[in-house]
Amino acid sequence: MIQPPGQIPWPSHWFAGQNCDDALYRGDVSDGEESTAGPASGAEGAEALIADPVVELDDAVSLIDRFPAVAGLDLTVHKGDIVLLRGPNGAGKSTLLRLCAGLAPLSAGQGSVLGHDLASRVGRRSLRRQAGLLAHQTFLYDELTVEENVLFWARANRIDTASVEPVLDRLALSNRLKRVKVSNLSAGQRRRTSLAVLVVRRPRLWLLDEPHAGLDVNGRDFVDGLVKHAVAFGATVMLASHDFDRAAEIATRTVVIDGGQAYDQAQPQALREDEPNFQPPAEATAANGSTEANGSTEANGNTEVDSGVAPAAESG
Amino acid sequence: MTISDSSSGAGTEAQDSAPQNAAPDGASTGDSTPANTGSRGTRRLGVAALLATAALLLFGLVLSPPEASQAEAVRLFYLHLPSVAVAYLGFFITMVASIIYLRKGSLFWDLVAGSAAEIGVVFSAFMLISGSLWGRPTWGVYWVWDPRLTSTTVMVVMYIGYLAVRRLELPPEVRSRRAAVLGIVSFLNVIVVRYSVKWWRGVHQGETVGLDTQMDGLQLFSFFVGLVAFMLIFAWMLIHRFRISWLRHEIDEQALAQALAERRAETNATGLLGRKN
Amino acid sequence: MAGKDLRIEFTSRVVTAQILPFGFLILIMFGLAIPPELLVVGDARRSVLEEVAPALFWLAVLLSALMALGRAFAVEAHDGNLDALRMAGIDPAGVFLGKALAVTAELVMVEIVLGLGAFVVFDAPLANPVMLAVTIVLATAGVTLAGTLYAALAAGQRARDTLVPLLVLPVLAPVLLGATLATRDALFDEPGVAGWSWTMLLAVFALLYVGVGTLAFGPLLEET
Repeated sequence: MIQPPGQIPWPSHWFAGQNCDDALYRGDVSDGEESTAGPASGAEGAEALIADPVVELDDAVSLIDRFPAVAGLDLTVHKGDIVLLRGPNGAGKSTLLRLCAGLAPLSAGQGSVLGHDLASRVGRRSLRRQAGLLAHQTFLYDELTVEENVLFWARANRIDTASVEPVLDRLALSNRLKRVKVSNLSAGQRRRTSLAVLVVRRPRLWLLDEPHAGLDVNGRDFVDGLVKHAVAFGATVMLASHDFDRAAEIATRTVVIDGGQAYDQAQPQALREDEPNFQPPAEATAANGSTEANGSTEANGNTEVDSGVAPAAESG
Repeated sequence: MTISDSSSGAGTEAQDSAPQNAAPDGASTGDSTPANTGSRGTRRLGVAALLATAALLLFGLVLSPPEASQAEAVRLFYLHLPSVAVAYLGFFITMVASIIYLRKGSLFWDLVAGSAAEIGVVFSAFMLISGSLWGRPTWGVYWVWDPRLTSTTVMVVMYIGYLAVRRLELPPEVRSRRAAVLGIVSFLNVIVVRYSVKWWRGVHQGETVGLDTQMDGLQLFSFFVGLVAFMLIFAWMLIHRFRISWLRHEIDEQALAQALAERRAETNATGLLGRKN
Repeated sequence: MAGKDLRIEFTSRVVTAQILPFGFLILIMFGLAIPPELLVVGDARRSVLEEVAPALFWLAVLLSALMALGRAFAVEAHDGNLDALRMAGIDPAGVFLGKALAVTAELVMVEIVLGLGAFVVFDAPLANPVMLAVTIVLATAGVTLAGTLYAALAAGQRARDTLVPLLVLPVLAPVLLGATLATRDALFDEPGVAGWSWTMLLAVFALLYVGVGTLAFGPLLEET
């Protein structure tokens, strides 16, 4: 299979010969033994192609309808990171993901994702092909079936349609479900279809906006497995989720988004144990003066305590 | 605030003091919000326009003779024709400004395009009304399917649509870009429509609004005065309208800066983190 | 563009069932509203209804086209598909032409049926079928191309149906003129009307909009 430029090389055997029944879906994702041969070769090839850091935002501002959804945000993400974005509703997580996808404008500040400059239209355009976004909207055509949708989007992205079938298998969308109209699917199945479209594109940067929402436990396990696989093959993932516990397990980093800005957090587990003054954002009371900040202002994986972030007044 | 020398309303006066439009940016860009959109340049211009209009009235109503077949009603034409010219000029400016905006992306040109279109519509409406009023005594009807009238009506509706697009609720850059595209295409349409309708009328041997009758020198001159007068009025209105848009934009910007600050203040741990804000 | 033709398949499955009857209904309504007196026109004796049949037909087509175009874009705006199209890096010209092609095909189908209906209902003669066919194709193409462009202009995240007619109809005035006159000539073979020159106008219009649309769709699709 000829790899389109800018896509991570996914070894074909990963998709080949899978049993496409729900057993796979039910969480049997620990088929890591198959992919032992994969990551080594795949990742090496990928190394050379992906810029590092993958995301670099410097005082970025993004205006949505004149509202500064992202207001002066600094963030650096390295290749292979799985970054969890947390924060209250309206904090700007979705906009941040769209910004990294090249869909939201960069109104001020600087940013570069996957080596493309966000400030230029050309940069954003080339970025879009290499980033994959899973959002609240499904990006699907209701009147078409699952298979037709995925095929269409594969063609639209100029991806060989032969790769569609294996992906559908992997996501347990084959057989019966393939020929069902999207409008007749459950929300979770629709999400899976959107995910299938994303997987088919094999982007280097995965941007998942609440991937766990609307899915049952098995579905969530499945998404987690998928994410881990993708990273093993050289992708980078940013996901926003309210399911803190689960997401924290797979995340390598946590970043809190509030008021359009990013505040880094160390590994959540480490945080809980080592930082007695840690206050989860939802419960901040008079914690404002209670801790000293350590580390620099650079949101770079340093352990900065985010203390006493007041519950954001519901906005926008 | 000097008032340019006024003298009796002879037509030539208007042509002399016709502007050298004082740079419109003078009053608006540098200063904090000015109290009104006037400036030295526009005052001169305004006076010149008034004078020219006075001259026009003089010539049109009093001095020029009534025309043979159309009697007194032809005087309306002194108003009617120039407003047509000015309307087309306005829309042409819209197209040019839109092209420049698409190339350069500077707000200035977008506002110019919008202002010009608005004024163009005003003048077109005026033209339609005056044309209609003229039709009544001449032919006994208020409306006639003459090529120019028809195509102008279509044009007016097109630009009303343009103005509607400018009002869409979209992010400003997106909206401006769409309006710019529309501004360009609309003018092209105007040309196409004009030719089609003219052609169409030729097929049906319909009546045309005739102005091809002989005109003597004085009438011709009156038309000329009218043209100049309307151009001046147009320029004056354009500058003012533009400044209003500009000021409105400035206000929006300030509101934005404030929103930005508020947004950042949603989290109040900033002091601790030493983050610049 | 190939991908867009896919849309033709599914759209026709669902939509033609509604728009076509609508167009037909309009024809009937016109028929009801216009009295069937006889006139003498030229050498032929024709009823008022026959006389205005071409005009009515094209008006019905225009209105149906508005619906079809609105529908075409509503489909895209529905689930953020526009965003996904941007992500896919498709050439905007391809989007434009593809959409236009799809809608044109739909409309032509509608027109064929409507046309047959019109012949029956209005009882009109047919002097020059070739001209009629050419007129139909060119006029429809023109309507669709211009309509697609303007529908994109008016559409936001929330598809704005009220604005599109306002924008598009004035623009389509030449098409209406050209199509009506050419159709008249095709039907009645009137000596004064040069049908083929009108079809040329239609062709020019269509070509103009192919060019303009292709150029303009790039900036339009860029939402940021």
